[in-house]
Amino acid sequence: MLSVISSVMRIVEIPMIALQRLLGINRLAWVFLLPNLILFGLFAFLPVILNVVYSMTGSDNVLLSDRPYIGASNFGTLLDCSDFLDPNSCREDKFWRAVWNTIWFVTLQVGIMVGFSLLTAVILNRDIRARGFFRSVFFFPVLLSPVVVALIWKWILQREGVLNAFLDWTGIGGFNWLVDAHWAFAWSVFISVWAHMGFYTLILLAGLQAIPRDVYEAAIMDRAGAWRTFRRITLPLLSPTMLVVLVLALIKGVQTFDEIYAFTGGGPGTATTFIIQYIYEKGFAGAPRLFGLAAAASLLVAGVLVVLTLAQLWANRRSVDG
Amino acid sequence: MADLTSSRRTGILGFLTATRGRERLHWTDWVSYGYLCLGIFLMFGPVVWLVLSSFKDRNELDRFPPRFLPYAQETIEVDGFDEPLLAFRVTEGDLAGELVGQTRRAAGRAEVVVPANPDERIRLTTDQLEPVEGIAFATENYTQLFERFNFLRFFWNSTFITVMATLLMLLVNSMAAFALSKYQFRGRNAVLLLVIGTLMIPQTVVLVPLFLIVTELGMFNSLWGVIIPGAATPTGVFLLRQYMITIPDEILDAARMDKASEWKIFWRIVVPLSAPAIAVLAILAIMWRWNDFLWPLIVLTRTENFTLQLALNSFQGELQTDWPSLLAMTVLTLLPIAAVFMFLQKYIATGIASTGGK
Repeated sequence: MLSVISSVMRIVEIPMIALQRLLGINRLAWVFLLPNLILFGLFAFLPVILNVVYSMTGSDNVLLSDRPYIGASNFGTLLDCSDFLDPNSCREDKFWRAVWNTIWFVTLQVGIMVGFSLLTAVILNRDIRARGFFRSVFFFPVLLSPVVVALIWKWILQREGVLNAFLDWTGIGGFNWLVDAHWAFAWSVFISVWAHMGFYTLILLAGLQAIPRDVYEAAIMDRAGAWRTFRRITLPLLSPTMLVVLVLALIKGVQTFDEIYAFTGGGPGTATTFIIQYIYEKGFAGAPRLFGLAAAASLLVAGVLVVLTLAQLWANRRSVDG
Repeated sequence: MADLTSSRRTGILGFLTATRGRERLHWTDWVSYGYLCLGIFLMFGPVVWLVLSSFKDRNELDRFPPRFLPYAQETIEVDGFDEPLLAFRVTEGDLAGELVGQTRRAAGRAEVVVPANPDERIRLTTDQLEPVEGIAFATENYTQLFERFNFLRFFWNSTFITVMATLLMLLVNSMAAFALSKYQFRGRNAVLLLVIGTLMIPQTVVLVPLFLIVTELGMFNSLWGVIIPGAATPTGVFLLRQYMITIPDEILDAARMDKASEWKIFWRIVVPLSAPAIAVLAILAIMWRWNDFLWPLIVLTRTENFTLQLALNSFQGELQTDWPSLLAMTVLTLLPIAAVFMFLQKYIATGIASTGGK
């Protein structure tokens, strides 16, 4: 393998030397950038432009030349609601159900996850033995694939699964968890927290370890209690990292799809259908394929993500400066 | 971000024996350790349960309440019978305590033989019999994956995508990072902004046009359709650029004095010197690609092109009751990642903390 790579590199050197003679050293930089820029152009920037075109054209044909211009009517369909708080009053009720599900999901998931990540990071930052081991315990699920996460928990939660066996034994009695809309939603939040909290714990722990020791020593000199120290020293000094974590978690939360799709398939009914699943189903899974509607919905999500990403860049800069 | 690897790491033994200066544990220490142990249970427990379950045979999987370890009924060889017979122990009657093999069973009655006397068939009621069980690993759950499903095909698809995409990504991103860190040229800042700009365009929001482009390039239902679109990543460029900036320009200038071409400088000097950063990116790329789901789901629609993740997801729908195969397949899917984790967890931790894991 390595010898193949190095001979390829030797062959590439020949045209690169020719280009270097032709362009000079500094302009050669563009040659090094070229593959990356082509890929970005083709698979990131061009799609953004085409997304706008798709959102303003109709029919189920994927080829742009066969798609008639219909103006903003896709957005009209999506936004046609007499009461935005009530999906039943909307023309595209499934979109609004997905939107509200996503909002609820993100609020709960991010809140619970950041809370537990902070708690775990604070505990790991104490004078704990085997910290490296415990850190990787919490981090381990982050590496699991979404489908694997979903199947692990489906197996535990199934009607005759181990959780129901335990509840039977305690006398509470089993339950068909994923058939009930509220429970399916709650478990979706749970597995999502389970799978991702290790990642945020890691970032928060790094933030905690960056707080200088002498600040705490000063607090001990002033006889500040543990809780007071935490509230008055740890939290304020950690707040830039917290901000990064919150925004990152929000960005990822809005895009939640994989593990929940494999876990519940969006059901029961539409109880755990989130916005990316709505886009996937409109554009790729259902018939007819409503590419225009999917693209319009994508643009709305993209708008939210752009705001969040700008917030992330801003938060990152603050955490580096602060 | 702070350097995570510098945090002290003590082994399990050290954890159990050492007292590290303090005589008594404060109550908050007890609470902390309690929380961490609960963490072990919650984080590892489900995975351990999955692995143990994957070794249970169908009867054991159907059992409620389930048992922790995989048990299976034992069988005995009896002269005169081609197949081994299910082993039972007689609980009452003349033969109480005797080990017998069951030859037939119907409607509450069973016909059994004592191994010592294989010709005499004895009739008993089934409540007089208790199955003899022992711990047994049902490896057939795994072997039937290869016999009944195209498992190797899915495994190969996943491996091919992961390896090719990682190599391509490392090459393309390190070239760009080299250009952005080691050359002064007009438009450099514009390019940097452009790269930051792509942070705002995750695949999830451009699915429809991406699908068109990939189809137009003839990569629909081809593994390349999964490999190429994700090859350039802003995270990769930034991670490598950050590292390459720290390589002193004097080394490059010395090589230029020796008439080395720019390509040679890149390939023979800068890339080897950036090995730690490249290793981190490689691990991240392997993880992302192996676990990738949504985009392959859209591009690969024919079964023979499925990755492991797609196969798992589609089989869980088709084989609602075939938990034995499904569990074994899940274990095999998480195995490579678990191996990567065990050997490289230190790098993963630093890598993720330094990139923000995008």
